[in-house]
Amino acid sequence: MSEISNPTVASALSEPRWVRWSLILIGLAYLSLVVLLPLAAIFTEALRKGVGALHEVFADDATYSAIILTLTVAAITVPLNLVFGVAAAWAIAKFEFPGKSLLITFIDLPFSVSPVVSGLIFVLLFGAQGLFGPWLAANDIKIIFALPGIVLATTFVTLPFIARELIPLMQEQGTAEEEAALTLGASGLRAFITVTLPNIRWALLYGVLLCNARAMGEFGAVAVVSGHIRGLTNTMPLHVEILYNEYNFVGAFAVAALLALLALVTLGAKSLLEWRYGDALAGKGRH
Amino acid sequence: MTGIAVRGVAKDFAGTRALDGIDLDIRPGELLALLGPSGSGKTTLLRSIAGLEPLTAGTIHFGGEDATGLRVQDRKVGFVFQHYALFRHMTVAENIAYGLTVRPRAERPARQEILRRVDELLDLVQLPGIGKRFPGQLSGGQRQRVALARALAVEPRVLLLDEPFGALDAQVRKDLRRWLRDIHQRTGHTTVFVTHDQEEAVELADRVAILNRGRVEQVGSPDDVLDHPANAFVAGFVGQAVRLDVTVEDGQVRAGPQTLATAPPGARPGPAALFLRNRDLAVGSAEGAALTGTITGIARSAASRRLEIRLAEGLPPIEAEVGLDFAAARGDVVGLTLATLRLFPRDPEVGGT
Repeated sequence: MSEISNPTVASALSEPRWVRWSLILIGLAYLSLVVLLPLAAIFTEALRKGVGALHEVFADDATYSAIILTLTVAAITVPLNLVFGVAAAWAIAKFEFPGKSLLITFIDLPFSVSPVVSGLIFVLLFGAQGLFGPWLAANDIKIIFALPGIVLATTFVTLPFIARELIPLMQEQGTAEEEAALTLGASGLRAFITVTLPNIRWALLYGVLLCNARAMGEFGAVAVVSGHIRGLTNTMPLHVEILYNEYNFVGAFAVAALLALLALVTLGAKSLLEWRYGDALAGKGRH
Repeated sequence: MTGIAVRGVAKDFAGTRALDGIDLDIRPGELLALLGPSGSGKTTLLRSIAGLEPLTAGTIHFGGEDATGLRVQDRKVGFVFQHYALFRHMTVAENIAYGLTVRPRAERPARQEILRRVDELLDLVQLPGIGKRFPGQLSGGQRQRVALARALAVEPRVLLLDEPFGALDAQVRKDLRRWLRDIHQRTGHTTVFVTHDQEEAVELADRVAILNRGRVEQVGSPDDVLDHPANAFVAGFVGQAVRLDVTVEDGQVRAGPQTLATAPPGARPGPAALFLRNRDLAVGSAEGAALTGTITGIARSAASRRLEIRLAEGLPPIEAEVGLDFAAARGDVVGLTLATLRLFPRDPEVGGT
């Protein structure tokens, strides 16, 4: 839709050439300043002292455990939100029930709340001085300043991604196909697996990728609940900050570069999916 | 062949009554149309028979067996949805085979048998060789046929179709009507279809059930409902009639200052609704005619001319059909005779069409 293919129409609708070129240049300059330049800076800073220095950074146990922790958190958080997201979207898109709009509002809440506040909520609930703190301490369960707290905070922050991706699609698709499956004798579960899931698979993958990107990159909420214990509760974004504050610029930028690389891979996969997904929808989708 | 008995069926949607005590007998093997304006509850009734809507009250029997509490999966109905609801990610063959492949292993036919059945059904719906295509690659009429094949694959006890031709253009619709009639004759399924198109209903169905505001107004053959409408609603809804609000007085039917005709014997004096179809009016010379009107419009159709005639100021125009050789111009005054009087007492509560 954004492209105008007919040349006569294009010239009739376009601004003069110089206006077009200045607009394009302004756009490019803005993009370079805000996105490309910082990204390039991360990689050049990381490589400033050569590949050998990089090796040293990643040989460090603290860095290694930060990477493992980040991957662990993402590996727990994404499946949790996958299940919740599909269940919530299914309920919202296919059924009418009281409190539906309230549920939608709750799903959106993590988008509008500052991540720091999100982290703080869990400290207030599960921290030493928190609501459940004494009970947790008495039973020797550690949530805050430990893996469960980081997972909780990350799950909260990334809660909307998959559900939000699925709800509009599932609402548009309606319930007729599922009803058709039921009249043909399929059980509810069977209809879900053979009809609903295939219809949402691209959107689902897309949501998982977005959720994963955010889960690996989350800083604010995790910073509050993690306690920054080196080698134990430091995720990659937190580790970047620590290294930077210690004037270990190569280390900081090296970890940052790895994080950026993960994000770039995710984005690449996302674009690939968008291309496939759009194709799937346009080609044999809607009727 | 299975008949369906609907008894006292009611359905509420969040406080509004969609079905209000429906009693309906659908005979084994018949093709029945549920006809009504939008919001009359016809689709809700169809979905209730299929088990897609839980009932608020009443029972539904399939051939003597109480199906009221039966899950939709166990009712063995073939349902064709208004927008076909084909599984968009499956091929046509997979769509048709779906009802067979989801059966428990013990009841599932062998793979070869399923493939054979799919081919057989594609032949039946006159779409051989399109099994590998996806629904998105088919035209509306083809999708409709595939949807029907899919519904027939499970050998349903009854076949239910929701506005089967609603989303198709006029020519395809005509072809498919004839074709559905054909299929029905060959397979003999008890078939119920929903439509808001009275022409479609009377042309296709053995019997027509006319619904209005969640109630059945009349059930009968096309002849019954066209020639002997049970009430003012049916008279207004089928047969493309113009409604005139009239008064029956001193044995005469009057519309405003005009006397239209002599009232039929037994007509109740008082306000009444008169339904005029364009073939009910004989148009002739104004000379000596008891009733005259002025031509206000002429429209041509393939085999006739349709005249729009005004009887008197303040009355809605009525329509008459005349032969092509009838000489008439706008503004001419013509004489009119009412051949059939479809007269119903006007009850202000029920009067609406």
